[in-house]
Amino acid sequence: MIIDINFVGLIIASIMASAVPLILASCGELITERSGVLNLGVEGMMIIGAISGFALMTVTGSLIIAVFGAMLAGVLISTIFAFLTQTLITNHVATGLALTIFGIGISAMIGKNFVGIPGKEFPVLFEGLKDTMPLLSPILFGHSVVFYFAFALPFITSYFLKKTKIGLIVRAVGDSPESASNQGINVKFVRYACILYGGAMCGLAGAYLSMIYTPQWIENMTGGRGWIALALVVFSTWNPIKILIGAMIFGGLTIIQFHMQAIGVRIPVQFLTALPYIVTIIVLVVISRDSRKIRLSTPSSLGKSFYKDN
Amino acid sequence: MHKFLIRSFVSSLVLLFTLTVAAVAKDVKAAFVYIGPTGDHGWTYQHDVGRKAVEAAGFKTTYVEGVPESADAERVLRQLANSGHDVIFTTSFGYMNPTNKVAKEFPNVKFEHATGYKREHPNVSTYAARFYEGRTILGTIAGTMTKSNVIGYVASFPIPEVIRGINSFTLAAQKVNPNIKTKIVWAFTWYDPGKEAEAAKALIDQGADVIAQHTDSTAIVQIAEKAGVYAFGQASDMDKFAPKAVLTSVENNWGPYYVDRVKAVANGTWNQKDTWHGIGDGMVVISDLDSQMPADLRSKVKKLQADLASGKVHSFTGPIYDQKGNLMVAEGKTADDGMLAGMMTYVKGVEGDIPK
Repeated sequence: MIIDINFVGLIIASIMASAVPLILASCGELITERSGVLNLGVEGMMIIGAISGFALMTVTGSLIIAVFGAMLAGVLISTIFAFLTQTLITNHVATGLALTIFGIGISAMIGKNFVGIPGKEFPVLFEGLKDTMPLLSPILFGHSVVFYFAFALPFITSYFLKKTKIGLIVRAVGDSPESASNQGINVKFVRYACILYGGAMCGLAGAYLSMIYTPQWIENMTGGRGWIALALVVFSTWNPIKILIGAMIFGGLTIIQFHMQAIGVRIPVQFLTALPYIVTIIVLVVISRDSRKIRLSTPSSLGKSFYKDN
Repeated sequence: MHKFLIRSFVSSLVLLFTLTVAAVAKDVKAAFVYIGPTGDHGWTYQHDVGRKAVEAAGFKTTYVEGVPESADAERVLRQLANSGHDVIFTTSFGYMNPTNKVAKEFPNVKFEHATGYKREHPNVSTYAARFYEGRTILGTIAGTMTKSNVIGYVASFPIPEVIRGINSFTLAAQKVNPNIKTKIVWAFTWYDPGKEAEAAKALIDQGADVIAQHTDSTAIVQIAEKAGVYAFGQASDMDKFAPKAVLTSVENNWGPYYVDRVKAVANGTWNQKDTWHGIGDGMVVISDLDSQMPADLRSKVKKLQADLASGKVHSFTGPIYDQKGNLMVAEGKTADDGMLAGMMTYVKGVEGDIPK
């Protein structure tokens, strides 16, 4: 087979497109977890974002309202989680799982009237530059605004956590809420904000699936991507840049295994379909094996409730 | 696990509701057991369209969606049978054993199992559709419309139903265009829009200019629309999702059969049957042919459709050889239903191996 350079560019572009929802949800969840809150409701928040985005797009016809509405829906549903875990001090794991179950159920209910309706075309940027450069232009140009945002997000997140004061506060709250509280930081407020931000990003990830990637609504359309996003956060040892790498490897192997099947590579198909899961974990474990760094980046009080008497 | 929890919860609610309703009504009541959500716009959705036809015919119906093919199915069936339903349709292959088991316990309730072959008790019937006839038509169109001579096919799971579809499609495409190659990609899912889209994209990137699918979502036709290649709708008419890409769709049309069978129960004429209906009986419907197809192709397809309906043409007419060149069906013969039901080998011309 002749490897055409534009063909390579096309494959890389489709890998990047498939990585977008994982990056968005993971980076959102990363901030939540860095503040010490473990929210297992990613899948539920994504599916709520997916139906909200699609429903708003169909009803209002405005893509802007739909995208922000989906983020707002993510915020609203994560508020439930924040209220339960931060105000009523419930268990993070149980509450997060409940959030996922709730999200899938309620999205199916809202979605009943939106099945079988085609989505709208989502505008892409820089389409005119698509044929200017071999290899690079399919990668760089002709994507939606959410796509570009997703690829900037890991760097913004990394900068935010390392270089800004608010980032430092978030990390302090996640590492030692007691000390942070003694320094006069309102732990509950910071954690609320981080949970709501995580909800907004998961909502956006869901809206990307139902409005841009495969513009349609069908039940359970997130197909477990929320769980993969959660796993990426942990295996990347809470490092946004490694999330980007992990999401690209996962998306890449999913797509390349289809290409291998189409070319007719004689490897058992079941092995090929398992490949993305296995390789992503192995690679992330290998690149994150420095135990000192893991200790530094792991939020020490992750999943532990903080309660202050006053 | 979480899916299971919701489903159990929803099923119990539905059952509770049925129990209450059952106490007052005396007319014939039909129940439907679904594997997926009615919102899948595919397999379950089409069964539910059939159920609505039964409602429209004046009968009461109930459905339980998302029932796992496990001991759970037995529990659901028992409760439906106990709550005054006269006929129960179980609409997935995996319900075969639960259906027969529960049928033995309720000899007065009629059971109708889709796509299975076990009828262990006189109150169990089976029914299925000859979707492969539809795929003969799709293959004919694909073989004619392709310019690259590469046809992509997104498959779900290696079971006879899917293999039969691939074979029937490829045989028909080869008949009109001996140079075509069918590239098959296994998605190992019935229903995951993201994954189906990625599979279709890979095939298009590798030069396929017509994409066929045996998975349920509309993601593939949308990808085809974006890439400017042709595709076919699955289970329902998907034309509105991709008006330029979709040349036609093969629709599953269960309504007439369901109405017929429920009426038979009402009249007391219900008897055990094994139904395998195709285009001729209207269980497999070919949607409108797209105007992008040349007029002579359209009339050829119309004729083929009529011939398949009348039985003049059979999708598997010999000589048919398998990939190794062994004769599967002799010249002038057609494959019998037994062979079709257990078909697990590719015909000559299909590339690759069946995943084991």
